[in-house]
Amino acid sequence: MDIPVTILTLLAGIAITLVSLWFGLNNNLLPFAATSTAADVDTLFNVMLTISIGLFLLVQGLIVISAIKFRRQPGDESDGPPIHGNIPLEILWTAIPAVLVMGISVYSFQIYNQMGGLDPMNHGGHKMEPQAQVAMASDSFEGPMLLADGTVNPEYKKYAAGVGAAPGADAPDVTVNVMGLQYAWIFNYPEGFVSGELHVPVNKDVQLDMVGQDVLHAFWVPEFRLKQDVIPGKNTQLRFTPTEAGTYPIVCAELCGPYHGAMRSQVIVHDEADYDTWMQTQIAAANVEGEAIAMTPPNLSSAPLDPIIQAMDMDIRAEELAQLHPSAHGQMDHSHMQHDPAMVMN
Amino acid sequence: MTSAITENPEATKPPSGPQHKGHHPWWIYFTFCTDHKVIGIQYLVTTFIFYLIGGALATVVRAELATPASDLVSRELYNQLFTVHATVMIFLWIVPAGTGAFANFLLPLQVGARDMAFPKLNAVAFWMVPPAGVLLIGSFLIEAPGSGWTSYPPLSLVNNQTGELIWILSVLLLGTSSILGAVNFGTTIIKMRMPGLSFNQMPLFCWSMLAASALVLISTPVLAGALILLSFDLVVGTNFFNPAGGGEPVVYQHMFWFYSHPAVYIMILPVFGMISEILPVHARKPIFGYLAIAYSSLTISFLGLIVWAHHMFTSGTPSWLRMFFMVATMIIAVPTGIKVFSWVATLWGGKISLNSAMLFAMGFLSMFVIGGLSGVMVASVPFDIHVHDTYFIVAHLHYVLFGGSVFGLYAGIYHWFPKMTGRMMNETLGRIHFTLTLIGFNLCFMPMHWLGLQGMPRRVAEYDPQFATVNLVCSIGSFLLAISTLPFLYNAIHAWIAGPKASGNPWNALGLEWQTTSPPPIENWEGDPPLVEDSYAYGSKPGKKSVTALKGSDLWKTPV
Ligand SMILES: [Cu+2]
Ligand SMILES: [Cu+2]
Repeated sequence: MDIPVTILTLLAGIAITLVSLWFGLNNNLLPFAATSTAADVDTLFNVMLTISIGLFLLVQGLIVISAIKFRRQPGDESDGPPIHGNIPLEILWTAIPAVLVMGISVYSFQIYNQMGGLDPMNHGGHKMEPQAQVAMASDSFEGPMLLADGTVNPEYKKYAAGVGAAPGADAPDVTVNVMGLQYAWIFNYPEGFVSGELHVPVNKDVQLDMVGQDVLHAFWVPEFRLKQDVIPGKNTQLRFTPTEAGTYPIVCAELCGPYHGAMRSQVIVHDEADYDTWMQTQIAAANVEGEAIAMTPPNLSSAPLDPIIQAMDMDIRAEELAQLHPSAHGQMDHSHMQHDPAMVMN
Repeated sequence: MTSAITENPEATKPPSGPQHKGHHPWWIYFTFCTDHKVIGIQYLVTTFIFYLIGGALATVVRAELATPASDLVSRELYNQLFTVHATVMIFLWIVPAGTGAFANFLLPLQVGARDMAFPKLNAVAFWMVPPAGVLLIGSFLIEAPGSGWTSYPPLSLVNNQTGELIWILSVLLLGTSSILGAVNFGTTIIKMRMPGLSFNQMPLFCWSMLAASALVLISTPVLAGALILLSFDLVVGTNFFNPAGGGEPVVYQHMFWFYSHPAVYIMILPVFGMISEILPVHARKPIFGYLAIAYSSLTISFLGLIVWAHHMFTSGTPSWLRMFFMVATMIIAVPTGIKVFSWVATLWGGKISLNSAMLFAMGFLSMFVIGGLSGVMVASVPFDIHVHDTYFIVAHLHYVLFGGSVFGLYAGIYHWFPKMTGRMMNETLGRIHFTLTLIGFNLCFMPMHWLGLQGMPRRVAEYDPQFATVNLVCSIGSFLLAISTLPFLYNAIHAWIAGPKASGNPWNALGLEWQTTSPPPIENWEGDPPLVEDSYAYGSKPGKKSVTALKGSDLWKTPV
């Protein structure tokens, strides 16, 4: 049966397009999307995956067809045709990838802007009194992260690398100061308590102001599609709006020592009411423990902690975290630590 | 141009008969020898031994990761294993094998020179490699480095300090060796070409080595600077990169990646060149788009210098910088695409011999395309924020550096083994080797894309139990990959000792390196080398004899 080559090529092209589109739309390769912008990142991924699958099938198909169709027959000592090039074809396969990557670049730029990736560049024009600043341990040359009264310095934000506010967004609803240290995350709430887990309300604009204590870490929540290095002496930030209540893992993604793989925590996205209840409980507990502990600043500068305890304990209660600060409570009591080897996934 | 190979001047016509005089004794390979062919083989054998050691380290890493808990080796040792694995594979295998081994052996033969421009410097460059390797691998006896091959401060300043210092010394030695090599390659290509051989007549391997050598010369000194400052922080307590004393850890990352992104091209450009040499010979077709491939090497070399911060999209990198490096990285896809499509077009319509060299070259093409496409994906900042420092990156980098560079190096070994040793390798064992490598490689690294997307970070000794099954598959793949080297090892050793003798030109190739005996005599040619004006002139032109119809001495006198 003789089928013209043009028809075969057309059919192959249609088949590659359909397979790529089907796989791009039904790949299920990414985890649950739990923030307002995670789905945008997923769409970007699916578009890039569709294009990639199409190009892969094209190139791989040509290689396999060549290997079968143009295989040298035994005894054939002749050469192939002396084709040295084809200028229109070469222009075509220069232009198509160029157009594709430019398109992906523009698209990525848009998504990044929607996520708030460009915010640290655009914002931060607020006025402030220089004498209101106070040097903190997390100081870097950009200026302090916190003002003298303990509130976030609005000026500092414009220098912090990371993901900021979406275009047109107001001030964040919730701000949490995050400290990464070997091998735990400490979440310092402006309400005056600390937690080993991140609790945030659903559908609220949350900002994390992050700094490292000892070495580099990276704060990553796969379900949020957000990751940012946590750097000693340099502030970084993340901002997001969780849209789905639930519990998601917080993973340290930057090598930080032998127990790097055990440096995990979780973020719990609450309903509004649940969040208020949790907040009241924490404030009450902090008050019981006393002012000194509740106001513990996040610079646990002189505490190289026992890594085994930190590594195994992913469920540190607020009081215990307060005890981590040696100036407040001296030696910490290991027996209080709860061991919870089962990692909670969504 | 009417002929590929001009007639040899009458006076210097090669003498007929066997040409076995002028060869080195076997023990020369253990000495400070200045013959580029000896040095090339010294590089190849030495780096292959390091490759086996690096592979053994990877096998232990994968054995640990076969189960979610950290249960096989200590966490400290685990970090040392992947740190030394990466360092060995990059600095002791792919870089010195692609540049040191193949460039040393091939460049003078391809440009018609008797030796490299600076033979003594060449030998010095090689003899820096074994002590550096012994130092690095021997560090397991004292304390191995454990802060990753990236060695980011402040971790590298507080973690395994002795090992860190050994790592710095070893990498500085290897970097110096690499710079000396690049000086030699660049000079040889530019100044040692035989009379009449213009740039646009050079084999494409020479072009790619020119591009790679430029990268080595521009970027490696920056790495050396970063490591010297890091060693000051480590030893004398300066604070260049230590935030505890006001230093800037992010500046180290910039300096490190200013070298280490170009290093990817230092590892892949020589292989690009080798593929451009191998495909036309075994497909019996001219390389498609010679100039496009040559200039795309230079373009990649230039662009490769301005994309380094794509490794730092989640670091302390400001937004505008993230956007700039995203776009610059995306653009590299264009010259890379030109190469890939040109290679596919070279295959198309040829008379393809599916021998081991060709199979590995096709394997290179297929696997490298996957790594290249995932490379475009991770260049996109919003997506990279999710997958940076995850197993998606581990998968991507291995598709580029194993699927790309190592498949290409194997193709090169199968292709030039007869020229290097004067013996033929066994094709059946070669095909078994290829099949096992292809299956093991994909089984090991393809599932890692999923692991990274789903939430598994890299460089962890323990992981979420939901990833157990897929990790086990990866580990099985890695064991298969380890086993796949056995038929190759047997094949190479057996062929070198007792393989069938190879003729001077067993593939009927047009390249200048094939127009001499196998192995070539000390002076590379008896008499003057012929001028090869077009080493890709395969194909029967009307009224011309096919090059394959010519045998032996015909090549020397008949215009093709
Ligand atoms: Cu960490
Ligand atoms: Cu790179």
